[in-house]
Formats: sequence, structure tokens, C-alpha cells
Amino acid sequence: MSDQFPSSVAQLAAGLRDGEYSSVELTKAYLTRISEHDDALNSFITVCDESALAQARAADAAIAAGAANNLCGVPYANKDIFCTSDVRTSCGSKMLDNFIAPYDAGVVERLNAAGMVMLGKTNMDEFAMGSSNETSFYGRTCNPWDLSRVPGGSSGGSAAAVAASLAPIATGTDTGGSIRQPAAFCGISGLKPTYGRVSRYGMIAFASSLDQGGPMGRTAEDLALLMNVIAGFDERDSTSLEMPDEDFGRLLNKPIENARIGVPSEYFGPDLDAEIGALLERAIAEFEKLGATICEVSLPNSQLAIPAYYVIALAECSSNLSRYDGIRFGHQCENAVDLTDLYERSRAEGFGEEVKRRILVGTYALSSGYYDAYYRKAQQIRRLIKQDFVNAFDDVDFLIGPTTPDVAFTAGCHSSDPVTMYLSDIYTTAVNLAGLPALSIPAGQVSGLPVGLQLIGNYFSEAAMLGLADRYQKNSSWHLSHPSEICAGGPS
Amino acid sequence: MNWETVIGLEVHAQLSTDSKIFSGASTAFGAEPNSQACAVDLGLPGALPVVNIRAVEMAVKFGLAVNGRIASHSIFARKNYFYPDLPKGYQISQYEDPIVSGGVLPIDFDGGITDIQLTRAHLEEDAGKSAHGNVLGATGIDLNRAGTALLEIVSEPVMRSAKEAVAYLRELHQLVQYLKICDGNMEEGSFRCDANVSVRLKGDTEFGTRTEIKNLNSFRFVERAIDFEVERQIDVLTEGGSITQETRLYDTEAGETRSMRGKEDAHDYRYFPDPDLLPVHVAPEFIEDLSVQLPELPRAKRQRFVTDYELSQDDASLLTGSAETAAYFEACLAAEAVDPKALSNWIVGELFAALNEAGLKIEYCPIKPTDFSVLIERISDGTISGKMAKEVFQAMWDGEGNADEVIDARGLEQISDSAAIEAAVDEVIAENSDQVAQFRAGKEKVLGFLVGQVMKKTKGQANPKVANELMKKQLGDGE
Repeated sequence: MSDQFPSSVAQLAAGLRDGEYSSVELTKAYLTRISEHDDALNSFITVCDESALAQARAADAAIAAGAANNLCGVPYANKDIFCTSDVRTSCGSKMLDNFIAPYDAGVVERLNAAGMVMLGKTNMDEFAMGSSNETSFYGRTCNPWDLSRVPGGSSGGSAAAVAASLAPIATGTDTGGSIRQPAAFCGISGLKPTYGRVSRYGMIAFASSLDQGGPMGRTAEDLALLMNVIAGFDERDSTSLEMPDEDFGRLLNKPIENARIGVPSEYFGPDLDAEIGALLERAIAEFEKLGATICEVSLPNSQLAIPAYYVIALAECSSNLSRYDGIRFGHQCENAVDLTDLYERSRAEGFGEEVKRRILVGTYALSSGYYDAYYRKAQQIRRLIKQDFVNAFDDVDFLIGPTTPDVAFTAGCHSSDPVTMYLSDIYTTAVNLAGLPALSIPAGQVSGLPVGLQLIGNYFSEAAMLGLADRYQKNSSWHLSHPSEICAGGPS
Repeated sequence: MNWETVIGLEVHAQLSTDSKIFSGASTAFGAEPNSQACAVDLGLPGALPVVNIRAVEMAVKFGLAVNGRIASHSIFARKNYFYPDLPKGYQISQYEDPIVSGGVLPIDFDGGITDIQLTRAHLEEDAGKSAHGNVLGATGIDLNRAGTALLEIVSEPVMRSAKEAVAYLRELHQLVQYLKICDGNMEEGSFRCDANVSVRLKGDTEFGTRTEIKNLNSFRFVERAIDFEVERQIDVLTEGGSITQETRLYDTEAGETRSMRGKEDAHDYRYFPDPDLLPVHVAPEFIEDLSVQLPELPRAKRQRFVTDYELSQDDASLLTGSAETAAYFEACLAAEAVDPKALSNWIVGELFAALNEAGLKIEYCPIKPTDFSVLIERISDGTISGKMAKEVFQAMWDGEGNADEVIDARGLEQISDSAAIEAAVDEVIAENSDQVAQFRAGKEKVLGFLVGQVMKKTKGQANPKVANELMKKQLGDGE
């Protein structure tokens, strides 16, 4: 958006308030960009031209009346997992291809109240189950840095849209890395908040004890701005944290001298691509130069995170997805002969292969006779993993490491073996099991593809983490690089 | 062979919360289908449950009343199965760590007191209803009931006859209503029972294979269904067969139980803690607050009525049948110091009959306790006779005023004044010389006729006792 509009949300909001351009102008520019480029990217499932412009007009009126919030009139892209009362919410699934929720998600209510403009609903892995956006019923999303590669997942549509400047900022959800991994693959910033910070009400569940919504944008500062909108207590979500509102941007532009950063040795093992490892070493050195103290720490149970995560997440999803039975809403098979037929064919037709695989595995893990060996054991491991972090945070304030073991992979390369795909989550799932906040920011490129750096913080330390990331970004430029293929310049 | 019956009951008491256990939707009975089902009850994507604290309070009250252990930390679990009236594909219930464990309910049975041991009581949500036949060629689903709060109360298999099971059920039914946690309406399904039944030879220490009988929605059906099932099991075993562990449905029309589904069709419910809900923490202060609010329980009230009012066990049971009846009785006593026994007779007799006929609960009785006690007082102070009192009662019931107003208006006051009655007696003697002669000849039965004439002359207002004495005296004088 460099020609006419700045690229950061902070600057966009300032320009709107100062009357340099209207929200309608801004929104039109993004919608034009979407229409020009999204055929190639497929980052949106639904584009909301009319309602976006209506929201933009309302925002312009509010700004003119001086009644506007900070981000009023700023466009955003919404992951198609958040229920919206006037726009279809598909969750990337044929099952919900016809589903229009009768209510807005808690996050959507907050975005609406802030006067933000929803450009559309972004593509995602079906029911957020995937790390590549390849499981979407609406076709795969392409990585704007290399269209033959995946954008990561499950918030791959949001990541690709922001990376390609089809939206200045977006919502995502993260169950085992679904914000951080696509952020890393697409060269943007993404924050998975502490579990309970962002309301899950109206956010379609994959694995309830792990799911957490969060912001995806260009800079740590932008993430802080969106966090200020979407985070907060919601009494309709029993797992929502009842805490006073806070300004997530309060530690931006602050020195980081006292920060103690731990480097988990387990995150720099043989799984990690050597070039990524080298880039991270440089980033860590940069943090040290900025005044942070670096030391090595250990998370001894790290290797158990993936198996524990996949047992718990799949067990929960097998139950969470039982409501898609073809009876009250969603896909219903034709000419069912009886109830069993109705269930079987509605679900067989409505769900994709990966979703079915996960339901089956999760059902197995909860079955009588296997529960103790799988689900209960996984919960015990979950406590060990959490304890690893608690111990580490006795000595350090943050942990630093890679977001992913490799850069964005080529579409289709894991299609024959889902487990190799699951392993791309090795650095991200432990955070969800522990309920901790973590973010990914760009920290370099390997062969022209972005590399993500992951910061993990203690519970409720989002503001400090964003402050740390902001400090790094004020002293580096990786977050400013754009994929040349699609978005040289941005809309003008 | 000498068989012993073993029965354990699972009772689903619908908790009297205004809204559902995990949503804000109303629980009022009888609304248009699906008009009381919100996004949570419909299992819409993204909708989440939030525990209704009232339901937790009610469960804790029950736990306190039966002396059970209240879990400081109890867990909601998902019970997974597919059914059209179960919108989420799972029922939120409790499995490991229920809110109440153990407990005991003493019952009066077989001339003594038996302690019925409870296994547990846990909170769960109800399912909706499938309506077959209402919609042509389809099954209708009404989700108004989906998400209604239930307390499932599970007894140990300690009952040994259908009668004992019913006695326990009645006691439990009374208790939940005293606690005001359940309206006890069995017709509307607010209090439902499943019975686990098995038989074994007397002296055996192992239980026999049990069947579970569902759909028992009246005390009568519970007794009949268990009796039928016990007979059936004994027949099977006597003929050398074996009992299949299965769920059976009681057919009220045919009066028999029928196999519904066998063990092989039993669901694997895949229980696991519901990740949408945090564990329920019950603080000691919370329990303390509720225990202070606990009302006098039926058993204690019954005993007190026997002791304080010198009532028979039966009368005390009838008067404490509901907390409202007991309250009515005691409100009468508070208003007038009438004889508790006489009051009890009138409540159990006339009042119950009238309430029954009108289909009214005592809390809607048209006669206020303060007025009712005056009526009893007017009988004991001799203002009206017992017979007159029935007329006065009816008039009061019909809204003609309080006892004194009715007596005044209808001129029903009893004449106990000797002079007035004497005149009538003399007149009767003068007018009935034949009968007088017969009496004097020793035919004492004629006295009744003569006194009756006196009552007739006084339009029933003469005090019959006084009339009787005066007649005897006058006839005696004449000798």
C-alpha cells in the first residue's frame, strides 16, 4: 500500500483520523487489490464488497462526528472460523458451505464495536485442521512468496492476505501453531495470546482447550493495536479470563535491557533446518546487542509435545464435530433412507479426508479401554510440559526459538503422509498445551522464503513480548519485505 | 426356590431453575416447540456452555440434605452419542468427580426405618424430545427441553422389593420438593425413574445379572414394572435360562417390560472432561451459606408433628406430605390455639377432599389458614355442631366469607341455651304421645326419634347433646 496508503495499521489509523483519506477510499483500494490478486492466491473464501463499504461509510461518519475509536475505519480480514451474523461462516468445510450464523462471535462484536471494516472471510484448513491450507473445501491458498508453496495453516488465508497486502491486518486462530506457523511461512507477525485472553464464543471449535484467537499483521505494534480490540473477558466463554482491560501496546518503544531470554536447547536440534538455525543465531545476537541477557535453558519434555497434542486435540475435535450431523444446519445428504444413513452420508460427504482422519483417531483415543493409555496419559504429559515452562520461567522472562523447522513447503508434498505434516508443528504445539502466549515475527529468509522467529512468554506477558518484538523490528527490516511476485507496491 | 430381589434406582430430578443449566434460555414447560432453544441449546457452531450457578446450589442442597460428600472440585464430562434430539452429539454430564458422592436417605418401611444408601448425585443437561407422529412422514424434534438442568440421583442396589423401591422413591420425591429444587411433577417428566432390577437366590452374595427398566413416570408404574420384571426374571431362571443384561422399556398399556437394546448395542460413551467448562469449585463458605438456608426436612418435620402435636404417625405423614400442607397446618395453629388433633382431622378430611375435587394445591386454597382455624374454634367452643361446620366450610370455600360471617348470615349458631331447647322438648313430648308411651314402656330406641324432632323444630340449631339430655330428663320427670 506504499503509493497511496501506508502499510501499517498504526499509520493507516492515523491517516484516517487526520482526514488524509476516508475509510471508503481505503476499503475500496483493498477490495480492488483482492479482486486483482486473489484469484491467484485464493486467500479469501468470501469477499464482502457491499457490507465492507457500508461499514466503511459508517466508520467515516463516526470519524467525522469525532466519535471514532482508535482503529475505526481500518479494514481487516477475518478468518472464516469466526461466526458473522450476515456473512456465511464456512470454517473451510463443505459441511458449513450453507451456514450463516444467527449471531456474531465475541471477537466480531468487538471488531464491529471498534468500527473496523471486514473485507471478507479468509481461507483456512477445514475446521482449522491442517498446517498448509490444503484441506480447505474451497481449494488451497497459495503462498504469495512462491505460489507453488503453501502459506501454512490453518490461518493460511489470513497470513497470505496480509503478506500480499490484500488486508492490512487479520484475525487468526491458533490451536497448535495455526497463527504462528502461517505467519512464519508468509513473512508476517502473528500472536497467539494466553489461553483465555480472546473469547472463544462464536469461534468454531477445533480443540476447545487449545484454541485461541489472535492477531496477524505486519508489525508487533499492529498486533498490539488489534489485541486491544479483540482481547477481553466474555462471560459467554467459561474459559475466558476475567482480567481488567490492558493496553497491549504500553511496552512498545521501550528499552529491553532487563529482558532475560532463554534459548531452549531442544529447539535447536537436528530437526531444525541449518540455515534457519543460522538466521536465528543472528537474531538472538541482535537481541543481545539490544541489551537482553541470553542463556540456554532446557524444556526436557519437548519431544512429547507432538504426540500429546495430537491425542488431546483429536480427542476434543472428535467430540466437538459431533454436532455436524446434518439435522439442524450444515450439509445434509439427499434421500436418506433412515437415521443412520442420514448421519453417515451427511458426515461422509460434508467432511474432508483430514477431518475424518482426525475424528477417527480422536474417537479411538477416547474409546473404552484406550482412554487411560491415550487421553489420560496425554493429559499427564500436558502437565509435564507445562511444568517445563514454569521451571524455565523461574530463570528467564522469554524463550526464543524457531517457529517452524523449515520454510514453507511445496503444496502436495506431505499428502501421502499426514504425520510428516504434523511434525511441522514441533515448536508450536507445546505452547498451546501449556496455554502460554507466543508470537512469530520474520527474522530472515532462506532461498527467498521467510523464516519465523518465535518468542514464548509467561502467562499474560503479551505486552512485554510485543515490546520485545517491537524493539527487534525497530532494529531490523525483515518485517518490511514484501513478496515481489504479487505485491510490489501494494494498491495505489 | 426362594428368590431375593435386588433393586437400585436412578432418578432424574429436573431442577427448578428458571433458565437452563448451560444457557440463558427459559425452562418453562409447554411453550411452542423450539421457541425456548438458544444457540447453545441448538448446538450451533461456536456456541459455548456456561454453568448456571443455581443448578450447582440445588445439587449442593440435595447433597447436604442426604448427608453426602460435596466435592470441592467437580468435573463436567461429555457423554458422546448421536441422537437427533441431542444437538451437540454429546450430553454434558458428570462422570468422574460428581458434585455429590455417597449419602443416605432413611425411609419408613415395613414398620421400621431403613437407610437407603446413595451412590452419587450428579448434574447434567436433559436432551430434547423427538415427537413421532406429529409431523406427517417425519420425526419432529423439540429442543425446548434440551439443556434443562437435571440432578441424577443414583441409589445403591439396596432395595429388596418393589414396595420398598416405591417407598424410597416417595421419600426422595418429597425431599426434592421440600428442598424446592424440583417441582416433582411426574406427568411433565420433572421426576423420572429408571430401575435396575435383578434377582438371586436368598443367601447368594453375588448379584444376579440386572436389567435396566426405563420410562417409569409414576409410582404405580414403578411398582408394577418391577414386579413384572422380577416375575419374568424368576421364570427365566427357573426354566434354566439366563438373564441378558439389557435395557428394557416398560409398556404401560400392556403392563410388561420389553427389550429395548441389549448389551451388545450398548454405547461406548467416550466420557471425557468437557474442555469448554472449568471444574466447578465449591467453597466451604458456599456450602455453609446453603446449609443455613436448608429447610426442615420431611422426616424431622414428621417427628416433630408427632411429638409436639401428639398426632399419630399417619396423620403426621399426611400433614407433612408437602411443606405447604405442613405450613398451612402450623399457620392455623399460630392463628388460634385450637386442638391440633381436631384441626388435623379437618385438614386431612374436608379440606383435602375439597382440594382434591377442585384439583388445587393447598397453597392455592381459597380458605386462608387464619379463617380455617376460626372454623375449628367454632366447633370446639360449641357455636356450631360438627354437622353445621360442614355447611359453614362449604360456604367459606365458595367465598361467602369467614366462619363467623357465614354462621351469622345463615343463622347457623347452635342453641345451647337450656330454656330455649326445653320449650321445644316439651312441645315434642306433647305432640308425640305414642312415642313417649313406647319409650316409657321400655323402648329406648324411640329417644333418637324424639331428639330428632327437637332438632327439626330448632332447624338443627339445638346443641344435640343438650337436646338429648333435656329430653331424657323431661321424659324421666314424667314417670
